[in-house]
Amino acid sequence: MIFLDNVSKIYNHDSAALKNVTLRVEPKEFVTLVGGSGAGKTTLLKLLIREEDPTEGRIFLDGLEVTSLSRKELHHIRRRIGTVFQDYKLLPTKTAYENVAFAMEVAGRTDEEIGEDVPQALELVGLENKANNFPHQLSGGEKQRVAIARALVNRPDVILADEPTGNLDPINTWEIIRLLQKINELGTTVILASHDKEIINNIDKRVIVLDKGEIISDQERGKYLV
Amino acid sequence: MFKITLKRIIGSGYQSFRRNGWLSTATIMVMVLVLFVLGNLIFLGAIAGTVLNALESKIDISMYFVTSAPEEGILGVKRELESLPDVKEVSYVSKEQALEIFRDKHRQNALIADALEEIGDNPLVASLNIKARDPSNYAVISEFLLEKNYPTVDKINYFENQIVIDRLANILSSIRGGGAILAVFLSLIAVLVAFNTVRLAIYTMREEIGIMRLVGATSWFIRGPFLINGVLYGGISALVITFLFFPLSWLAAPKLSFLIPNFNLFSYFISNFFEFFGIMIFAGIFLGVTSSFIAIRRYLQI
Repeated sequence: MIFLDNVSKIYNHDSAALKNVTLRVEPKEFVTLVGGSGAGKTTLLKLLIREEDPTEGRIFLDGLEVTSLSRKELHHIRRRIGTVFQDYKLLPTKTAYENVAFAMEVAGRTDEEIGEDVPQALELVGLENKANNFPHQLSGGEKQRVAIARALVNRPDVILADEPTGNLDPINTWEIIRLLQKINELGTTVILASHDKEIINNIDKRVIVLDKGEIISDQERGKYLV
Repeated sequence: MFKITLKRIIGSGYQSFRRNGWLSTATIMVMVLVLFVLGNLIFLGAIAGTVLNALESKIDISMYFVTSAPEEGILGVKRELESLPDVKEVSYVSKEQALEIFRDKHRQNALIADALEEIGDNPLVASLNIKARDPSNYAVISEFLLEKNYPTVDKINYFENQIVIDRLANILSSIRGGGAILAVFLSLIAVLVAFNTVRLAIYTMREEIGIMRLVGATSWFIRGPFLINGVLYGGISALVITFLFFPLSWLAAPKLSFLIPNFNLFSYFISNFFEFFGIMIFAGIFLGVTSSFIAIRRYLQI
């Protein structure tokens, strides 16, 4: 369902964030992208939502060529891909409920649909009691859970998580990872970027290792061996 | 679907306006100052207009007739002058009226009263006072008078004061022109200040704009609430400044009346209240919305 066809992202002749990456992700997979800082994990995720354009190559989401869409049509793919980031990226002047609802408003869903789905999403992440809290009234782990609720409220095809646990303590880290696994079990493809050895070795699913912009290993039940 | 989106945009705009309290207040304060400058320009325009018109109306041509001139003849001259297109009005002061006016003017002065008694006869003469439609017309009128050379006319005071009158007319038109340039210049500064203030406000929200794009919002879904903010900034500032001008104009009125006798600022404000308020609302909202629109383009480019 996601296909990267010989994709490269080169900033100048000295620095290539990605080099000749060809990659296929099937529905319902849980894929972890691994690599040190600068390996290209974040760049790859950015290319998937077209926050940047590849210098070479094409990217497909479910048969739709992402790389050929115009700027005006971008919001279409962004609604089909849920994203979670290390710095949460929540709207600070909206409550948890409103942040999650925003994703649905943007997609033009009715108030009734929002009234049903948002509480469900918050319940899934365990935050139904904090629906009216603002981000500054939530802990890091809770903020990330709101971000996850927002990412999945539109029932996306795939969820991209870029170092979602980077700012969290070990307990929260595990809770978030378990949440992502639960979402994956419910049928959503998950692509997780991380450099946390512990997590990766414990997930026991497909691991793709990146180094200096290239894929150096792609194993079904991989381990991150540094 | 469009209606729902519009409702959400308006709701979101109002919500972000309220929840970003400090930012909104600061922006409104600057816009109030901007509208204050614009409002003052309007007042200055009115004051300048009144002063200039008053000065202009003081310019006139006075024709003094010989003591033996018959009233019939004088009135004939009056009619002829009134028929000229450049002449606005001609007023006639008879010998008797002139004496009355003189007596009244100097009634405190016993010496002059005695002198009049001595002379017995009315020493004063009849006169016609010509006012033109425009200061520039006096030249034409004076040429006409020269050509006509009425035999019963003893003295025409225009020619004696011509240099002064011409100079005054020049000063008046310079002030009008200069005033207009100053007004445009100040308005430009005010507009730039308003624009930059709104631009700063949007700059502080740049991260949020980025997040909204990431979540998949269209440009209009992001832009809309900011335009609503612009309307609120402008509208509220206009209300505040109009409200403030009540006490301000009331306080300034007596001080100005001291300088310019015929003009009461407060009365002017009250009698033109709706136009004034309309201009403020229009200017405020126009500034707010266009500034928001232009400022946010930068963040929606990608």
